[in-house]
Amino acid sequence: MAVAAGDRIGERFAALKAEGRAGFITFVTAGDPDFETSLAIVKGLPAAGADLIELGMPFSDPMADGPAIQASSLRALKAGGSLKRTLELVGAFRDGDEATPVVLMGYYNPIYIYGARRFIADALEAGVDGLIVVDLPPEEDEELCLPALEAGLHFIRLATPTTDEKRLPKVLTNTSGFIYFVSITGITGTKSVDSEAVAVAVSRLRQSTDLPIAVGFGIKTPEQAAAIARVADAAVVGSALVNRIAEGAEASGEAKARMVASVLEGARELARGVRGARLDAPAAAGDRRLSSAKGS
Amino acid sequence: MEALNTYREGPDEKGHFGIYGGRYVAETLMPLILELERAYGEAKIDPAFIQELDYYLEHYAGRPSPLYHAKRLSDRFGGAKIYFKRDELNHTGAHKINNCLGQILLARRMNKSRIIAETGAGQHGVAVATVCALFDLDCVIYMGEIDIERQAPNVFRMKLLGAKVVPVSSGSKTLKDAMNEALRDWVANVGNTFYLIGTAAGPHPYPAMVRDFQSVIGDEVREQILKAEGRLADTLVACIGGGSNAIGLFHPFLDDAAVAMIAVEAAGEGIETGKHAASIAAGAPGVLHGNRTYLLQDDDGQIKEAHSISAGLDYPGIGPEHAWLRDTGRVTYVSATDDEALEAFRLCTRLEGIIPALEPAHALAHVMKIAGDLPNDHILVMNLCGRGDKDIPTVAEALGDEL
Repeated sequence: MAVAAGDRIGERFAALKAEGRAGFITFVTAGDPDFETSLAIVKGLPAAGADLIELGMPFSDPMADGPAIQASSLRALKAGGSLKRTLELVGAFRDGDEATPVVLMGYYNPIYIYGARRFIADALEAGVDGLIVVDLPPEEDEELCLPALEAGLHFIRLATPTTDEKRLPKVLTNTSGFIYFVSITGITGTKSVDSEAVAVAVSRLRQSTDLPIAVGFGIKTPEQAAAIARVADAAVVGSALVNRIAEGAEASGEAKARMVASVLEGARELARGVRGARLDAPAAAGDRRLSSAKGS
Repeated sequence: MEALNTYREGPDEKGHFGIYGGRYVAETLMPLILELERAYGEAKIDPAFIQELDYYLEHYAGRPSPLYHAKRLSDRFGGAKIYFKRDELNHTGAHKINNCLGQILLARRMNKSRIIAETGAGQHGVAVATVCALFDLDCVIYMGEIDIERQAPNVFRMKLLGAKVVPVSSGSKTLKDAMNEALRDWVANVGNTFYLIGTAAGPHPYPAMVRDFQSVIGDEVREQILKAEGRLADTLVACIGGGSNAIGLFHPFLDDAAVAMIAVEAAGEGIETGKHAASIAAGAPGVLHGNRTYLLQDDDGQIKEAHSISAGLDYPGIGPEHAWLRDTGRVTYVSATDDEALEAFRLCTRLEGIIPALEPAHALAHVMKIAGDLPNDHILVMNLCGRGDKDIPTVAEALGDEL
């Protein structure tokens, strides 16, 4: 696929393909546990191995999220987080990093209240590359998806285990950047991923789309990340990182700095899992890769 | 706004009432919601389904519920002739059973073996637990921790009926959080689970489906008032949290231009205090729980906590059809405070020998405000949608009495 100039997501996946490895996508909530600490974490993520950064837009009622991300959203809001502050955080990150793609993930209401068109303009200005809005299915595309695509923001859709053959074309329409395959039926950070089922689902998706496929919801360990990295184009980890923020959220000063280091260390371990995945089994392909992963 | 030819055609095929309604849910749920829409579309025109529902409404729930002339209250106010639609006499003590019977029969048609629901006051939870016992289905009820505390009798009833009551400790620990948690359960158990939503809100087709199942209230009122008075009522009054009892009473009359309709929100400690549940009076359009509607929220789109003495009205939104009826001006939305509802509660108990739930006590509180100024030939029908047994501990505490 041709990559448009300035398309950070397209460029990043093209580079990963050239390197012959899967990408590592990190999720943290913007402003968790506070703006400055969150910015320090986000700024450190690329060096820790993040190929793409997903930032949660805090919301009071995160219906698709498990306890870890619910709590992170509430911490961010309590510390003064808002959609405006989230965009400011992206802007501050962008000042020092022109290459790493940033995708905002969250729920529609704060965007709706901000004003969809104003939000699109401000997000582009801040350096946002794509949007994932959990509660905006293709049926409601006119509100945000179409104007976002037109303005040059990627609109990344979730495909799930319940997305059957009949539904899939609808999900793929007006989707860009990459496809986010939700590896479990459930909320974030709860069940564990079944990498064999994911392999089947990803190969099914590949028959219908040329877009890169990222897999998330249920990847907690470097081993699980590695298993996913063998079959998908990227692995997304959220709750496992957010849990490290939770552990140090109440701390102050030096202790908070240790928490930042702990989050980045967690990211490094997961990134090693992702980066090493295909090196472990260089000649393997498809199902054989998976069976070798089980022993690791 | 100009009057429409009909107010009864909504929603459109995407589930919108004007700009309200819709299907704002996670992709995992979309195939299921489309399947539900299809199944409901087939069921509602299937004579066998209609016959089965009618059977249970009559012989199990006890419908039709009476339309009763509340003479002593009418005399006390000295104005309008007040009728109560006695939906508190239904099996399980509220209008909630009407919708639960409809949805449980649909769940059986769809071969679902596990039922989940959210509840605030516990009336819906009790009704769900009841129909699950009747049809031998697994039942999980999500209920905010605060509501569990203030509605202890209903929690025990649900447990007796075999339901598992799951306390929800996230957010404000009330109805909205119970709904979040039920949605999370549904996403994780899409295969065998039916989400039995209790109010006329949520993603399409729920608002329309719940309205249809509750419209039995208004359909009966039409027949009963024509028999009693030879004409339709001048004014209909109902309380509104999510708005299922109100839409059930109003919908059959929306195109009868001479019938005025008033829905009464919970003003809690007063709109000006910020501690209330009046989404229309103090909210703005937003998107939550699968639909666009009026919501209590801040200027960042974060949902605010609602406050009401009545757990059943303690929700920061309303059903999307109400949002649309408000904007079109067809229905008038007002509010009543905790104190006003308590006063109405006491008056109804003393003068009519009927202990109302705190929810319809809000409706009665508004009737108290307007009835005296209306002429004696003005017919007013108020939906007495639930009985007050469950509220006895709350009322005792509010009045400073020991049980």
